[in-house]
Amino acid sequence: MTDTTHGEGRHTPSFPPWLKTTLTTLATVAATILGLLFVTFMIGRVMPIDPVLAVIGERATQEQYDQTFRDLGLDQPLLVQFWIYVTDVLQGDFGKSIRTGQEVTTDIARVFPATLELATLGTLFGVVLGVPLGVIAAVRRGSWIDQLARFVGLIGYSMPIFWLGLVGLLVFYGILGWVAGPGRLGIFYQGIVEPITGMILVDSALRGEWAVFRNAFSHIILPASLLGYYSLAYISRMTRSFMLEQLGSEYVTTARVKGLSEWQVVWGHAFRNIRIQLVTVIALAYANLLEGSVLTEIIFAWPGLGQYITTSLLANDMNSVLGGTIVIGTIFVGINIFSDLLYRFFDPRAK
Amino acid sequence: MSTSQGLRAWLLSEEPTSRQQARYASWYKGWLTLRSNTLAMLGLFVLAFLILGAIFAPLLATHDPFAQDLGQRLLAPGENGHFFGTDSLGRDIYSRLLYGARISLYIVLLVVMVAPVVGLIVGTVSGYAGGWIDVLLMRITDIFLAFPRLILALAFVAALGAGIENAVLAISLTAWPPYARIARAETLTIRNSDYIHAIKLQGAGPFRIVTRHIWPLCISSLVIRVTLDMAGIILTAAGLGFLGLGAQPPSPEWGAMISEGRKYILDYWWVATIPGIAIFAISLAFNLIGDGLRDVLDPKEDNA
Repeated sequence: MTDTTHGEGRHTPSFPPWLKTTLTTLATVAATILGLLFVTFMIGRVMPIDPVLAVIGERATQEQYDQTFRDLGLDQPLLVQFWIYVTDVLQGDFGKSIRTGQEVTTDIARVFPATLELATLGTLFGVVLGVPLGVIAAVRRGSWIDQLARFVGLIGYSMPIFWLGLVGLLVFYGILGWVAGPGRLGIFYQGIVEPITGMILVDSALRGEWAVFRNAFSHIILPASLLGYYSLAYISRMTRSFMLEQLGSEYVTTARVKGLSEWQVVWGHAFRNIRIQLVTVIALAYANLLEGSVLTEIIFAWPGLGQYITTSLLANDMNSVLGGTIVIGTIFVGINIFSDLLYRFFDPRAK
Repeated sequence: MSTSQGLRAWLLSEEPTSRQQARYASWYKGWLTLRSNTLAMLGLFVLAFLILGAIFAPLLATHDPFAQDLGQRLLAPGENGHFFGTDSLGRDIYSRLLYGARISLYIVLLVVMVAPVVGLIVGTVSGYAGGWIDVLLMRITDIFLAFPRLILALAFVAALGAGIENAVLAISLTAWPPYARIARAETLTIRNSDYIHAIKLQGAGPFRIVTRHIWPLCISSLVIRVTLDMAGIILTAAGLGFLGLGAQPPSPEWGAMISEGRKYILDYWWVATIPGIAIFAISLAFNLIGDGLRDVLDPKEDNA
């Protein structure tokens, strides 16, 4: 960022470094989100769907058409239209959904908790299994567990998630009957728990409805472990390479020479130093899952944001699609920036 | 026999007598390293198999991939001469897979012709020009990098209309930023080297320097990245096909085939399962080759 406060006879205020970092970051966030809005705005303009007809229907008179045309600001220059769009979106107004007839914001607030629940549980699986796997793979490099980690990663990077979901349903639901089928909740359990957070597992636990909790759990376990597998592949691979880097450095040798136990060396020294890197990786994995849940939600008939976007897309309901894109995009940007900041504040080398 | 040994000796000679020889020799040594990597060779084998299958699809197919025969619908693999059975419209799955390989490879080729090239141009211009051009281009790159890829591809396809070409365009639009980053990083390390100064003194303009002297050096890192990304591209394309936004029916695109078979998954598992195995095979092949290539071209990075 350029410092514009330089001038004759003026005292140049020296920004503390943290303030400067924060300001730069804020500017980056603003630029990125503006860019995101610009892209969605252009997509909305390129659409071969007449936005006026979408509002008033095909049987409206020419006068009504012209009136709406002006109301929507379509007679204004493109830049002005973009400005109107940005102010609307920043006020939380994504327009109305043609498909559901409700405000897109209301719709998104309704479906988002389902996606959040799924992605959170998935990331949890990924972290709980992926971090230890990556650490052990690095410590015992070349052993069978290292090969296993590599294999897990390779499969995870090569397998189409929607296909794995189908096969999972076929095996665990169709053949073995261990888990419940598609959907979030069995039909007998619906409407029992009054929503608090919108996340059924949390709500039913808070209200003490354990039968509902069990049923919800048997529905979520398969899609969540599926998503978890993908973040496991990513997290274990990154953990392994971070650990290898640490284990090869001299302070680890020193610690070993001092006679520390292997446990102390690995977890007390090497692992301590990768914690920040790891948090950023986990944050990115989480963001990826929020996005990656689109296909999984379709397979498991999961009423979340991904399914909302796709269904709207097939119904040519652009307000909902773009609204959903903006929400996911903003979260994505937010998580990216968060991990970036975390790095800058806690990693002394980045300063 | 003697000529092949002579060729080998020529290729492995310690003192190449010409630039050509040195270049071929380094390629040959790279190939030898790659060949010793069993997994990469397995990937190469699978890929070659698929490419041959795609090329000779009309010869290898046992049935017309589009011919419907409702009397023969949902046959199990092996029944009535259908290797992998038939789908809900009685079409031969084996023949459709062969023709589907053409679509997958076509998508990969198109994306590879667009995304890395855009990235290369943006990255090298940004790195070589520096100043405000660099700041502007990198800001744009960062913005695109921060976007969720699949969702953005979805929105693009929604705007442009469903179809293979639009799916390719949408994937390319979201795939180029990492290449731009790599190309820029390479350019920054090359920009101030002595040989660039030497060419500059000889009077070469920026265009010539970038296209003739910087691009060739960016290629190897880009090739690795592209190969490793290929699986992701195939998976995204298949995902779009699965959602009904990529190749349109009756096209035998693998993702669309899975989507068609989805309704019958509990009773007729093969309809959706077999195309999935094909997608898995091709992306696994690309990942294995990519890992192998990285070992050959970029031995310093060992984080496989």
